[in-house]
Amino acid sequence: MSLLRKRLLTQPPMLIAILGTLIIFALVPLFIPRWGLFLLTVAWAKAILVLGIVFLLWGGLVSFGHGLYFAVGAYAVGFGIKVLGIREGLVLVGLGIIAGGGMSCLLGLLLARYRGIFFALLNMAFSMVVYALLLKFYRITGGTDGISISPPTLAGFMPSPTSLRLVHYYFTLGIGILSLYGAHRFSSSPLGYSLRAIRNNEVRVEYMGASVRRAIYIAYVLSGILAAIGGVLTAFAVGHVVPEYSYWTQSAEFVFVAILGGTGSPLAPLAGSIVFEFVRNYAFKLSPYTWQLSLGIVLLLIILFLPGGLWSLTKPFAHRGTKWILQLNR
Amino acid sequence: MDFAIESVNLTKYFGMVRAADNLNIHIDEGELVGIVGPNGSGKTTFLNLITGYLRPDHGEVRYKGKNITGLPPRTLAVLGIARSFQIPQLYFDLTVQENVLLALAIRSGEGGGFWSPLSNKNRVKEGFEILQQFSLEDYCDQKAFELPEGERKLLDIALSFAREPQLLLMDEPTSGVSVKDKFAIMDTLVKILRGRVTSVFVEHDMDVIQRYADRMLVFNEGKVIADGAPNDLFADSKVRKILLGKD
Amino acid sequence: MTTLTVILIDGIIFASWLFLVSVGLTFIYGVLRILNVAHGSLYALGAYMGASMVLLYLKTGATPYLTYFVLLVAAIFMGIVAGSFIETIFLRRVYKREEEVQLLLTFSLFLILEDVIKLIWGVSPYFADKPYALLGQMRLGGVIYASYAFLLPGIALASGATIWFIVNRTRFGKIIISVITDREICTSMGVNVPRICTFAFIIGAILAALGGAFTAPMTALVPGIGVEVIVLAFAVVAIGGMGSVGGAVLGSLMVGLARAAAIHLFPELDLFTIYLVMSLILLFRPQGLFGEVEVRRI
Repeated sequence: MSLLRKRLLTQPPMLIAILGTLIIFALVPLFIPRWGLFLLTVAWAKAILVLGIVFLLWGGLVSFGHGLYFAVGAYAVGFGIKVLGIREGLVLVGLGIIAGGGMSCLLGLLLARYRGIFFALLNMAFSMVVYALLLKFYRITGGTDGISISPPTLAGFMPSPTSLRLVHYYFTLGIGILSLYGAHRFSSSPLGYSLRAIRNNEVRVEYMGASVRRAIYIAYVLSGILAAIGGVLTAFAVGHVVPEYSYWTQSAEFVFVAILGGTGSPLAPLAGSIVFEFVRNYAFKLSPYTWQLSLGIVLLLIILFLPGGLWSLTKPFAHRGTKWILQLNR
Repeated sequence: MDFAIESVNLTKYFGMVRAADNLNIHIDEGELVGIVGPNGSGKTTFLNLITGYLRPDHGEVRYKGKNITGLPPRTLAVLGIARSFQIPQLYFDLTVQENVLLALAIRSGEGGGFWSPLSNKNRVKEGFEILQQFSLEDYCDQKAFELPEGERKLLDIALSFAREPQLLLMDEPTSGVSVKDKFAIMDTLVKILRGRVTSVFVEHDMDVIQRYADRMLVFNEGKVIADGAPNDLFADSKVRKILLGKD
Repeated sequence: MTTLTVILIDGIIFASWLFLVSVGLTFIYGVLRILNVAHGSLYALGAYMGASMVLLYLKTGATPYLTYFVLLVAAIFMGIVAGSFIETIFLRRVYKREEEVQLLLTFSLFLILEDVIKLIWGVSPYFADKPYALLGQMRLGGVIYASYAFLLPGIALASGATIWFIVNRTRFGKIIISVITDREICTSMGVNVPRICTFAFIIGAILAALGGAFTAPMTALVPGIGVEVIVLAFAVVAIGGMGSVGGAVLGSLMVGLARAAAIHLFPELDLFTIYLVMSLILLFRPQGLFGEVEVRRI
């Protein structure tokens, strides 16, 4: 077969993987108990956020402040229900996107100029300012108590108290799959590759005629939107929003999940998020005084011995899959 | 009459050192010009000044009559100026193919697209052709950092070439390349470039200059001390003394 | 006493505290180019160790006036032990990797040490306030201050002076500067760079522990005291310029005075002051007051 034709045939089958993920997770509720469903819902919501973190990591940027957008999305739900009287989940998601997107469009103008530690620290500083704001203006934000969220209708459908968890799960799954697909398109797009090129060699990107700042800005805004969506979905699932969503340790948790899962594929954050939520849950139940220790050790081991994250464990299988496809087409 | 590239009283100081001393150089469209000179004579500085990497202290750079002094590399790239580097500047974690595809995507204005894939049929085909021209097609799927030195140089030049520039500036295109490959590379390059792209290359290798350059500029201490056909200049004893250290 | 004087006094006291908790962080960054998130843990370890040693010491019935010396010893001990352990076993492995990875490694150490502290000292509040109570209170122009608070500027000055002396007047200091400038050349000249790095980290760790040890008598120690300190230290270091001790001095003063002014004049801004100062400075001078800009060479 011609070299050129071989090139065109071996595009990684990401679409099949995403479809497979949809089917697997659509069927999962049949096999796991309700509390597991709750964990999965939260894991999916946060995985959407971590996709944004991964975009930035491709560009060599770490943000220790995405709790800001997470909180913006979550509190958008709170205000949307309390102040604007919105009762429909999809509208609230839209509100979250506008709030998160607006915020990131604004802050991104400043932050896209920075790299490395400064990028990380400035993001952190802004998220801590928001944290302080959420605490101070307690009359609107509820201060340390936060705002409790009564379940909205989802796509016009008001779930019964017994089916609430299940409906939340499928709602989150639906948005999650859409985000996965979007991330896949982004990852294989010129902008996605530009980000990775920027990480390697910013100067060359400029010499090629592309704007580094524009690429980083767009990635940042997208990450803000994804984080806000994650915040909205978490608010639905947990039923409560608190200022701690904007604290730096929450942001650090997101980065942790990104590293845990790896940055090699849009599916990696999902893997990382699920592992993280379940391990944390068990570790905490097992020993409330040592769950941070366990997380720290896991992160340490990943950094030292598995830099590509958990997802890099699938590499040998991806390789075999490609070879198999080539053979089929001979 | 507009020159392809022209420097007017171009001057740059690094502290007390005059890296570029009142340079008045003009190059016509389609010329193949070699720039030579001892180390520290200002060759790379000249390149850096033209391509927007450095701002001059005095003077102007004009491209086709238009003042481009101090414009950022990105704007110059859009105007049709491309540059290759002494130390190959590649995207080391991307594959060779991805490196070229990105260059092509940016050239066609789709560098900011975030929905359509990078590897579409046409682009892959075009990228493959470029790699074939530079004999790099076997390295398609390898990450750029896995390439040996000579191939890295080739890829670096290929990336600037992928922009279909009208002016191509190359910084020591054959340094680090084995003697065997040197002439093969230059043959390929010159065949593609001659008459179509204004090419300026900085070189240390006199054989390369003699064989391929139409015209040679000799730099010394920030000034151009000789300008003409390579063979004529090599016969000049003053030039030989500066370049080769002997009569 | 005028409000201005009160602001000045409060500001300087808080600035001294800020300097103590951030100078170690900036010093380590200056030498090793690593932003050490575990700095917060070193601070906490210094606090808990200092408190433990003080309580142990007081049980022996000896004179309480030496508890300050005990705190110093505890901090130095903790700095040496924790510092050498962290640097030689963990930090060394990531010197060649990107700064984001190094940051995350120190973050993982922070997580681990947080729980190690809980395991050793438990979660109930820990009190060792004898050194604080011992000095009593004093009256300045109608305002009552705890005398202990005035110890802080003294300690801050002493640490600052010690660092300055080490870096500028000792042979070791000159070697450190060479290592900062160019590691490879130092290695080829026979300098034992890994050992220098360990020493530098230990110094930074001692400073962090010192901040913790002398804060311990002022408050009840609970798990998590390191968490807030990290953000504050980061902010001061970013303002002053990463790696600059002088910058840490200036940064601490700016934030200290700004916060004191905020507390007395605009109380609502209290929590924000440090981040506002940081954002403002970084907006106009991204590398901090005394920081260096890194240029890429091609």
